[in-house]
Amino acid sequence: MLTYTFRRLLIAIPTLLFISLIIFLLLDLAPGDPLAQMPLTVPPEVKQKMREALGLGEPIHIRYALWLKQFFIVEPLHIFDAMFGTNIGGDAQRIISWQTRSPVADIIAQRIPQTLWVVGLAYVVGVAIALPIGIISAYKQYSWFDQIGTFISMIGFSVPTFFTGVVLIIIFAVNLQWFPSIYNTTHKVTDWDSFVFQLRQMAMPVAVLALYNASQISRFMRASMLDNLRQDYVRTARAKGLKERVVVLTHVLRNSMIPVVTVIALGVPTIFGGAIITEQVFKVNGLGQLLITAIHANDLPMVQTLTFIFAILIVLFNLVADILYGILDPRIRYD
Amino acid sequence: MKLMTLLLGAGATLALAPAAMAERGADGHVNVIYSQAPSILNPYLSSGTKDIEAASLIIEPLIRYDETGQILPWLVEEVPTLENGGVSEDLTTITYKIKPGLKWSDGTDFTAEDAVFTAEYCMHPEGGCAQLAKFEGVASVTAPDPLTVVVTFEAPKPFPYGPFSGGQSPIIQKAQFADCLGARAPECTDANFMPIGTGGFKVDEFRPNDVITLSANPEYRDPAKPAFATMTFKGGGDAAAAARAVLETGEFDYAWNTQLAPEVLEEMMKGGKGTLVNAFGTLVERIEINMTDPSPDLPEGERSTAMHPHPILSDIRVRTALSKAIDRQLLSDIGYGEAGRPTCNLVPAPAMFASTDNTGCIPQDMEGAKALLDEAGWTDTDGDGVRDKDGMKFSMVYQTSTNAVRQDFQAIIKQWWEELGVEVELKNVDGSVFFGGDPGSPDTFQKFYADVEMYANNFDGTDPESYLAMYTCDKAPKPETQWQGENINRFCDPAYDALVAELGQTGELEKRGEIARKLNDMLTKESMVIIPLVDRGRLSAHANTLGGVVLNTWDSELWNAADWYRIK
Repeated sequence: MLTYTFRRLLIAIPTLLFISLIIFLLLDLAPGDPLAQMPLTVPPEVKQKMREALGLGEPIHIRYALWLKQFFIVEPLHIFDAMFGTNIGGDAQRIISWQTRSPVADIIAQRIPQTLWVVGLAYVVGVAIALPIGIISAYKQYSWFDQIGTFISMIGFSVPTFFTGVVLIIIFAVNLQWFPSIYNTTHKVTDWDSFVFQLRQMAMPVAVLALYNASQISRFMRASMLDNLRQDYVRTARAKGLKERVVVLTHVLRNSMIPVVTVIALGVPTIFGGAIITEQVFKVNGLGQLLITAIHANDLPMVQTLTFIFAILIVLFNLVADILYGILDPRIRYD
Repeated sequence: MKLMTLLLGAGATLALAPAAMAERGADGHVNVIYSQAPSILNPYLSSGTKDIEAASLIIEPLIRYDETGQILPWLVEEVPTLENGGVSEDLTTITYKIKPGLKWSDGTDFTAEDAVFTAEYCMHPEGGCAQLAKFEGVASVTAPDPLTVVVTFEAPKPFPYGPFSGGQSPIIQKAQFADCLGARAPECTDANFMPIGTGGFKVDEFRPNDVITLSANPEYRDPAKPAFATMTFKGGGDAAAAARAVLETGEFDYAWNTQLAPEVLEEMMKGGKGTLVNAFGTLVERIEINMTDPSPDLPEGERSTAMHPHPILSDIRVRTALSKAIDRQLLSDIGYGEAGRPTCNLVPAPAMFASTDNTGCIPQDMEGAKALLDEAGWTDTDGDGVRDKDGMKFSMVYQTSTNAVRQDFQAIIKQWWEELGVEVELKNVDGSVFFGGDPGSPDTFQKFYADVEMYANNFDGTDPESYLAMYTCDKAPKPETQWQGENINRFCDPAYDALVAELGQTGELEKRGEIARKLNDMLTKESMVIIPLVDRGRLSAHANTLGGVVLNTWDSELWNAADWYRIK
């Protein structure tokens, strides 16, 4: 298992380098201009000077090499410095956002908590709702519970979050005034009241995303349970006189979890990707919102860095899912 | 006795009330929302409106514009003019006298050296300063004493109020930015995010593209202001959410640019929590006509250049007909509601420069337009519904940037033009490409590979000289200049060029107004090279409890945030 993991990690390096090159080329060759949003009153000569100040004058291979150096050497050193108070990184040029003219990594670090709180919590809540629903729906197939569960997950799956989000805002923020419509990213939890406020402001975005996640995962859970409930070993277990509880929750559930765990693990990188639309609707200024504003402003260093971090996470969690397979199912061995 | 006490009490409350209002920080907290989040608080590194306006809470210019476009002395004793001797007779120097006793929010003295440094910072050749145009023609900026700033221009400058004016050109602190000159400018993250200023507020925390936390500047020159102790400046989302947060839920006190469909706003106003404010500046939505031939049959490098005049639109009668077919009032109502009004002017304001008798284009005149086309020889000889002349069809490509209102306008105008017997092909290009200026792209507005195109433009401040000077012959975008240039129409009239040159040498305001009006008329009603459509105002919303809001289109919208207060 360990050698397998090492082998996979080694293969990941050329994969990621290739991905980074593709992302860089795609972004660079795409039309667009970081200064396009400037008012027309700024004369072209001034714009040209600003472009040069952003480093756009250099040829493409030099910019790519520079970015690689900054991402793989300078930024990790800075993170190390920040953690241990050292100064190895020194004055080396970090990846600078074109919009803010500040290091990209600092802004990402600032945004991660919001995203983890809201999108992460929504994922946890979604999974926590999805598993029981999936199990019960499968066990009592075609019962009223299954029908309602199917109906709700179809709604959650097919109605886009920008619609459910706005509907929730109009009902709960505008009409009932229970929750704020705009997320306060500066809020700090210090006592009970502020904790309650934090819960209130997270309620709507978490609900929207949890519904979406839950509907997806519950369908997987249900399908997987149904497959297993029809297996011969289930009949054997029942014939042995095992309690129904033990049959379903120990034997069937454990076997059904294998594909579901993969789906859950593969979904984890999307937490870090943030929820572009939901974050925008509720003004949760997390990573998704950061990515979309960077795309709008043609802030290439920011878009490049964010998408590449997502790529790393996806590669990593693919590996995690594969390893989990092996742990959950003793029949699967890679060595 | 009891009555007496009551009366006394009432009297005391009355006497105390104004005093309580006039105390710094007495009104607590104010929330401002911008649907675009500020990325940086240094206007010299970004010319985005969101960044400039957010920064205007903190750093201030020497002079700024009020809501009528008048220049106000802000950090100086008076506005220098020819009359008071602040502007030299030969129009090459302007001398500012700084108000004594001004302090930065860190407690140090504000001096003329800071202004000198600001000019040095922006004019640094490697800095990529976004406001370099404000310092155009500046030879030197000096400080003969701590309260005097002298700006010397290379040549006579009839309108010398460029440097240190308005939200775009505030004074930054020398001590804070001393190590940030030129190529080092982006490295000064702390200074760019938390500039020290003289304005009503100072930054406590800046989260780029998210939120700014501010508090009252303890050193602000008026000890009674600002009335708010703290401010949250939230950015992000969209205009609808910002408007909703002020008008319906009341979570925020001020929302910037709540430009939404008129019926949506009407619905939100029923929330009863806020008010909309509008004001008009110089932003005009217009159709620009290509005076050169954009035909794809021409070789690359000759297309849309002065080598080939436009085969159809070179005729003024045709251009006038296109203008006559448009009902501007209808467009304005559909697209902008209260924040728009029809116009025939390229320079719609300020009053001094706006041509008043140019209103002939407002009524739609379909018959007149058809008659003009007939007269110009464009008739439908083959009966296919499209006019033609000498075997050439009247067919045009009409392009603009991708934007809901613009696509509505395109569809409506296309209908009118088709009624005239003109074949119109619509095209829309993503804004970042259209306005991007990439010489390699065929879709930029400068390259103008279309017959007509629509967008909006305005000018900074109140003086239209540089704006009108964009239409001289030499400023046409062409391959030799990498397609850069502001004379989008490739309009070329020696008489116009001569008049622009005359404007550049005229110092008297009356005379400047007269020339500017003439130039405006030459581009619009006399030649119809530009078909102005709608004068677009600004529309913002504020809570009913927020007092002191004066919407200003000539400067930052938050120009007087230090005067805001809570209505109790």
